Amino acid sequence: MAKKTHVETTLNGDAREFLVEPRQSLLETLRDVLQLTGTKEGCNDGNCGACSVLMDGVLVNSCCVLGVEAQGRTVETIEGMGTTDNLHPLQQAFIEETGMQCGICTPGFLIASKALLQKTPNPTEDEVRLWLAGNLCRCTGYDKLVRAVLKASKAMEAA
Amino acid sequence: MNMEPEYKPRKWRVLGTTPARRDGIDKVTGQAKFGDDVHLPDMLHGKVVRSPHPHARIKSIDISKAMAVPGVKAVITGADFPPLNQAVVAAGEGGSVSMQDIADNCIAKHTVFYDGHAVAAVAAENPHVAEEAAALVEVEYEILPFVQDVREAVKDGAVVLHEDFVPGAFLFPTQKALPNAGRLQLAVGDVEQGFKDADIVVEREYTTATVHQGYIESHITTCRWDSEDHLTVWTTTQGAFAIRDFLASILNMQLSNIRVIPMEIGGGFGGKDVVYLDPLAALLAKKTGRPVKMAMSRAEVLKATGPSSGIYAKVKIGCKKDGTLMAADLYLLFEAGAYPGGPIAPGALCALTRYQIPNVVIDGYDVMVNKPKIKPYRAPGATQSNFIVETVIDELAEKCGMDPIDFRLKNATVAGDVLIVGMPVPPIGTVEMLQAVKKHPHYTAPLGGPNRGRGVSYAFWFGAGLTSSCELHINADGTVNLATGSADLSGTRMTLAMQAAEALGVPLGDISSSVSDTDSIGYTFQSVGSRTTFATGYAIIKAAEIILDRMKQRVAMIWETDVANVDCTAEVAGIADFVDRNDPHRRMHFKEVAARMDETGGPISADFTANPHGVGFQIAANICDVEVDPETGKVQILRFTAFQDVGKAVHPDYVAGQMQGGVVQGLGWALNEEYWYNKEGRLANASLLDYRMPTSLDLPMIDTVILETPNPGHPFGIRGAGEVPIVPPPAAVANAIKNAVGVRMNRLPMSPGAVLEALWAKEGKPASVKVA
Repeated sequence: MAKKTHVETTLNGDAREFLVEPRQSLLETLRDVLQLTGTKEGCNDGNCGACSVLMDGVLVNSCCVLGVEAQGRTVETIEGMGTTDNLHPLQQAFIEETGMQCGICTPGFLIASKALLQKTPNPTEDEVRLWLAGNLCRCTGYDKLVRAVLKASKAMEAA
Repeated sequence: MNMEPEYKPRKWRVLGTTPARRDGIDKVTGQAKFGDDVHLPDMLHGKVVRSPHPHARIKSIDISKAMAVPGVKAVITGADFPPLNQAVVAAGEGGSVSMQDIADNCIAKHTVFYDGHAVAAVAAENPHVAEEAAALVEVEYEILPFVQDVREAVKDGAVVLHEDFVPGAFLFPTQKALPNAGRLQLAVGDVEQGFKDADIVVEREYTTATVHQGYIESHITTCRWDSEDHLTVWTTTQGAFAIRDFLASILNMQLSNIRVIPMEIGGGFGGKDVVYLDPLAALLAKKTGRPVKMAMSRAEVLKATGPSSGIYAKVKIGCKKDGTLMAADLYLLFEAGAYPGGPIAPGALCALTRYQIPNVVIDGYDVMVNKPKIKPYRAPGATQSNFIVETVIDELAEKCGMDPIDFRLKNATVAGDVLIVGMPVPPIGTVEMLQAVKKHPHYTAPLGGPNRGRGVSYAFWFGAGLTSSCELHINADGTVNLATGSADLSGTRMTLAMQAAEALGVPLGDISSSVSDTDSIGYTFQSVGSRTTFATGYAIIKAAEIILDRMKQRVAMIWETDVANVDCTAEVAGIADFVDRNDPHRRMHFKEVAARMDETGGPISADFTANPHGVGFQIAANICDVEVDPETGKVQILRFTAFQDVGKAVHPDYVAGQMQGGVVQGLGWALNEEYWYNKEGRLANASLLDYRMPTSLDLPMIDTVILETPNPGHPFGIRGAGEVPIVPPPAAVANAIKNAVGVRMNRLPMSPGAVLEALWAKEGKPASVKVA
């Protein structure tokens, strides 16, 4: 067993400390060390986007980042996006537009969409499609997902 | 097929609406629990040792170095498994499988048959240690020659995979015909005479690639073996009962000692109703006395689970000058992978069934090659055979000078026609669908621009009935708990709740719909074959009828009258009021009866196990616009419209989602997806970067047109909806490419290189291009 490293981070707005092996990815750290299983594993090699999280506000595949890299950084996961009683407009739109089927890719799409809307609050359809091309969905054909993101951007603009 | 009409027209209160799914909030907040979200105390992690060779005999396995790694608790090989207790069990869509093959596919005993075939498994304190130890398991192989091309595998003198094999069965059994193949022959009429009577005959050869279902969630299982010899399994699956039954056979256990708890499932598409990891994790759990979780890496998923068949086909179809189809002759070689049982039967049956052709011969082979054992993938076999037939049909239409839809209309199978297997076609809107395509604005919209083309195609799928169980429990406040054994792949808890609400005459919000484990519900077949909304829905409607009858009895008791005097208005008014036939003013609402259950004899519940046969078939059609870049061969989808007859759309948004998702999978088959084996027989593109599934950037919005010809075999007229949408896209794209740049593609995927080769074959290679 590899020796563990002590890490201090800000996770979904809260200060957190944990011990992690240097070889453990941030994805593994979130899911297995911190028991935040909302971030999903799809490919574990940076190709599907299911494990997307924000690190210092930047969209990353958490499978391609090490847990120790969270030291002194802020990490935002799906657990910090909205609550059952107070959904983020993107979460609301994904439900309303049936922007999911099986739902395994959904947290990753929501985080990636959030990153897009932070950068480009009023994206065109092409901009949404380009930005989300790093997230794979095998169920929906993307149609309703893209519509949900466009709807959320309008809702957020109006708010 | 049971042709007794079940369908009763009625006014819909719930069906056809688009409520938000109740599990949606769990999924958008990350709270939904999938297979990998199971964390048990003291849990170990397992890792599989896999063959790097496509074909080899196992001479010895040395586990000593792996066992010596600190943190390793057990290593198993094929020798640790008990003898099988059952030879054949039911599998997806009416087939059966040899349990010996399934067991050997989970872990090789003597011979490995493909790159990635499991040979041993390790359990350790954490997944990294398990992985390190797995790399230390020493397997000595005698490397054997291998065969991966179906055309090579059926030749005399080909490498033989199995000395003996049980021919595959999938809808229909095949007969052992060649050392590597089972055979299925279907024939009607006199084909030779048919071709003589034809004015135009087109004959073409085709190949398609091995493709994977590509579910985003890998295979994951967690097994616990308790002190009473009970095995509990938390797994990602389309069929908890199938996993239970396979485990019982492989582990030589009685069914009642295994409980399979299906987690939320991250996609399946036919690929997740069989065991791969579960028997290994179970045995490791037994051996260590601790729970064991196992998960596949993405490379393992691609290498060692069941993709869908690549094929080789020869197609010959003839017609009269007026477009009347006269004869068809199909020679089909479908990959079975390492063991028999590929989708040759549905592939053959769906090839031509949408057309009336008097003279047909289909000669189909289920061909074993050194690739993983094929699994059904969404309308298994039909996408391949649709591609080869629909492109020839398009060429015949062109040669007749006919509009491609008019040609299809002229030959379309209609209700009452008899299929090649003797089955009459139940009522379905074949002609109506083709007319809808022709009338759609997309069909006549200007294309604009060079290298653009429009293509159409038309598709058929059978669907499946099979067994479903459900339970309905009425609560004292009038709410209802609905439990089924059907894994929810895409929102069926909602479409099942909607049918319950409709049948019971209660508000949808009063129904709580859940998926039970195998200890808690009657046997239910897998969520495959687009059967869930159809067959499980059927069971729910029947259970609801029992509930309403029981409630009538309670009302009669309260009113002190005969039950024959009590009517229920659920069907007529959509709201369950109980009315006194002799005094229409005397009424009692559903909730009131529920509130008085205790005083009238206790709780009211009902269960029902159904096995409906009237699946009613599925049809779909596509219009596709493409632009082909003649410099690179890249095909861009510009516009796409999908048509489908679903009988009755329970939740039209979900139906549209099934159509869009299926279409995009079909577009993946059409343009990008394929297994690449290198010359050593190893899978060279075992990642989602190199196994190239469509992304959001590759596609436009997918327009959908839902048609509703009620299925006479379902009380609400419902047909399965999930499978047929994948079938027509490759042919629609191929036909569009022809109309864009004048080349008829005869292989899948129609990747840039393939299209460029076809363009060069037609126009000659540009002088500036040098190919190494």
